[in-house]
Amino acid sequence: MTQSVKQYIDLWHHDGAVIDSHAPQVMNRHRQGAAAVLERAGLPRRGDEGYTEVDLQRMFAPDMGINIERIPFRADVAAAFRCQVPNISTLLGITANDIYAPSDSLLRLLPEGVTVCTFSQAAKTMPGILDRYYNALAAEGDDGAAALNTLLAQDGILVHVAAGVHCDKPIQLVNILGGVNAPMLALRRMLVVVEQGAKCRILSCDHAEGDLHNTVNAVTEIYLGRDARLEFYDLEESSPATRRCATVRVSQAAHSSLALNVTTLRCGVTRNNITVDLNGEHAETSLSGIAIADGTQIADNATAVNHHAGDCHSNQTFKYVVDGQGHGSFEGLIRVDEGAVRTDAYQSNRNILAGKDARMHTQPQLEIYCDDVKCSHGSATGQIDERQLFYMQSRGIPRAEARTMLMQAFMADVIDAISLEPLRDRLRHLVDQRLTGQTLSCGDCAKPSIS
Amino acid sequence: MDNDILLQVHDLHAGIDGKEILKGIDLTVRKGEVHAIMGPNGSGKSTLSGVLAGDPRFTVTGGTATLGGVDLLSLSPEDRSHEGLFLSFQYPVEIPGVSMVNFMRAAVNAKRKYLNEKPLTASEFLKLMRQKRQLVDLDNKLASRSVNEGFSGGEKKRNEIFQMAMLEPRLSILDETDSGLDIDALRIVAGGVNKLRTADNATIVITHYQRLLDYIKPDVVHILYKGRIVYTGGPELALELEERGYDWIKEQVDNQ
Repeated sequence: MTQSVKQYIDLWHHDGAVIDSHAPQVMNRHRQGAAAVLERAGLPRRGDEGYTEVDLQRMFAPDMGINIERIPFRADVAAAFRCQVPNISTLLGITANDIYAPSDSLLRLLPEGVTVCTFSQAAKTMPGILDRYYNALAAEGDDGAAALNTLLAQDGILVHVAAGVHCDKPIQLVNILGGVNAPMLALRRMLVVVEQGAKCRILSCDHAEGDLHNTVNAVTEIYLGRDARLEFYDLEESSPATRRCATVRVSQAAHSSLALNVTTLRCGVTRNNITVDLNGEHAETSLSGIAIADGTQIADNATAVNHHAGDCHSNQTFKYVVDGQGHGSFEGLIRVDEGAVRTDAYQSNRNILAGKDARMHTQPQLEIYCDDVKCSHGSATGQIDERQLFYMQSRGIPRAEARTMLMQAFMADVIDAISLEPLRDRLRHLVDQRLTGQTLSCGDCAKPSIS
Repeated sequence: MDNDILLQVHDLHAGIDGKEILKGIDLTVRKGEVHAIMGPNGSGKSTLSGVLAGDPRFTVTGGTATLGGVDLLSLSPEDRSHEGLFLSFQYPVEIPGVSMVNFMRAAVNAKRKYLNEKPLTASEFLKLMRQKRQLVDLDNKLASRSVNEGFSGGEKKRNEIFQMAMLEPRLSILDETDSGLDIDALRIVAGGVNKLRTADNATIVITHYQRLLDYIKPDVVHILYKGRIVYTGGPELALELEERGYDWIKEQVDNQ
C-alpha cells in the first residue's frame, strides 16, 4: 500500500467512529468494502492503463484537511452567492467543499415529487431509495478513486424525481471549493434517481477560490428508470491550483434518455471518469464535452459507454483546445455486449493544439462482441487551419481575433447542441472570455469566502 | 509621381517551397482601370494574386509592390485589406461555426478601427449587409449561415463579391472568379463587379478564359507565362487568345 492510500486507511481506522457519527448508516455500511477495494486496487499512477496524463496517487498524496467534524460553513454563503451561469431562475443549492445547503427558494419552489436534500435527511424521509441505490454503481469494478470517496464521504446530495414527474425548472448546484489555511480535500457525493417517465435537468457548476491546492473527489451515481429523461451539465471553472477527480456512473433503463455534458473551462488538474451502462433496450445517451487547457493545466476525460441491451443509441462528442503547455487527454470506450443487437454507437474526438508545447493524448476504443451493430469512431488532432486564418485575415480580421473566432467555431457544435438555452448563451460568452484571455467570472457573482 | 497609379509592381519575384514561380513581374494599375491577366495553367496567375494579398504559403524573393504608395509586401494580410486590397478567392474557404454576420462584422469593424472610425452599431451594420446583399442577389439565408459552408460554387463566388461590396476596396483582384460558374451566375457576379466600379478604384481580373471578359470589359490585357508578363495589349488580345489559344504565345516565348 502506498503512502498516498495508507493515510486515508489510517484515518478511517483512527477516526472511524467520528466519521460514522456524522453520517447516515447507509454510508457507514459501505466503508469496510471501500477500504478493501482501496487497499487492493490502490490509486492509478500516471502511466497505468487509461491514465496517460493524470496521476491520482500524486493528486491524493498531500496531507490535506478533511472536514470530518462537519463544521458547517457560514449560513450567509448560500445567500451571498449569485452565480450567473446560466442567468436563469433555477432551483439553487450550494455546496461548500462537501457540505450542502439549499437556497430558500429551492426549498420553497421544489415541485411536488421532486426531492433535493442531503443523504442525512433522505435517510429519514426516503431511506428505501438510499438503501437501494447508494454505492450500487460506484462499487462496481475496483475503482480506487470511487472507493476513496465511499470510504470517507459523510454526506451527499440526493436528487430524486418521482415517477411521471417533470421538473421543468433546472436544478442548479453550485460547488465552491476552498480552504482557509491548509489545502482541503472535499469528498462530494451525489445520487440522482429519475424514476420511470420522469424528467429533470441538472446543472452542476464547480468553482474554486484561493490559491491553495484544494482537491475534490466527486462521485455521482445516476439511475434513469424506464422512459426517464435527464439532462446533466457539469461545468468546471475552477482555478489552476485546483485538483479534481470526478466519477460519474450512469445506469439507464429501457427507453430512457441521457444528455450529459462535461465542460472544463478552467482547471488545474482534472480527471473525469464517465461510465454509462445501457441496461434496457432503446435507451439513448449523448455524452459531450469541451475542454480548454492552457498554462500547465491538464484536462482528462475517460468515458465508457457499455451497450448491454439491444437497440440503444449512443453518441459521444468531445472537443479540446489545448494551448501553452497544457495537456489534454481523451480515452473513450464503446463496448457492445453479445446480444446487444442493432446497437448504434458513435464517438468523435477532435482537438486543436494551439501552441507548440501543447499536448493531446487521444485513444478511442471499440470492443464489439455482437455482429449486428453500427459503430464508428473518429479522432483528429490538428492545428488551427492556416487557410481559414488567411481567408479571414485577407478580409481584414486581425490574426489574433481570427484565431479566437476559429477556436470558438471549433467548439460551436458542442455548445449549440446544449438544449438548455440560457446555458448555451452563457457558455458561448464564457468560452469567448476564456479564449480572449479575460478573467473568467460568471457574470457578477460575488464569491463569498468559506470560513 | 503619377497620382493616378494605384498598384505598382516592380520586378516581383516569389515562389513556394524554394521553387521560383514569379520571375520578375512588372505591372502598373491606375484608378478607374480594369486589367485582365490571362495565361495558361501553371503560369503563376494565382501565385501573383496570393503574393499581393499576403498568402503565407508564398515567399517573396525580390522586387516591390505598392498600393497607393504604401509598401504592400511589409504589411500583414489584414493591413493590406485595410489599405484597400481585396482578393476574391478562386476557392473560397469554408469556415463552419463562424456565421457570415459575425465574420463580416469583425471584418468591417476591424477596418473601421484601422481608419480610426467608430464601429458600426448593430442596426447600421445589418442595414449595410442588406444593401450590399441585393447587389449580388445573395439570399438572406446564405448570409445567416456559416461562412461558405454548404454553399454551391456559384453561391461562394457571389459571396466573394458581396464581401467585396461590404469592404469597398480600392483594388480588387478577382482570381478565376468565372471558374465553376454557369452563365446566369457569371452574369450576376459580373454585374456586381461592374456596379462596384468607380473612377477611384480598379480591378484585376485573373482568368483562363475570355468568357468573363464579355461581361467585365478590360482596359488592358496581360498574358502571364512562366512567371513573367510576356504580352500586354488591349481588349482585342483576349479575343485573339480565345480564337488562337495560348500556343502561339508559348512558341514565341519559348523560342526566344
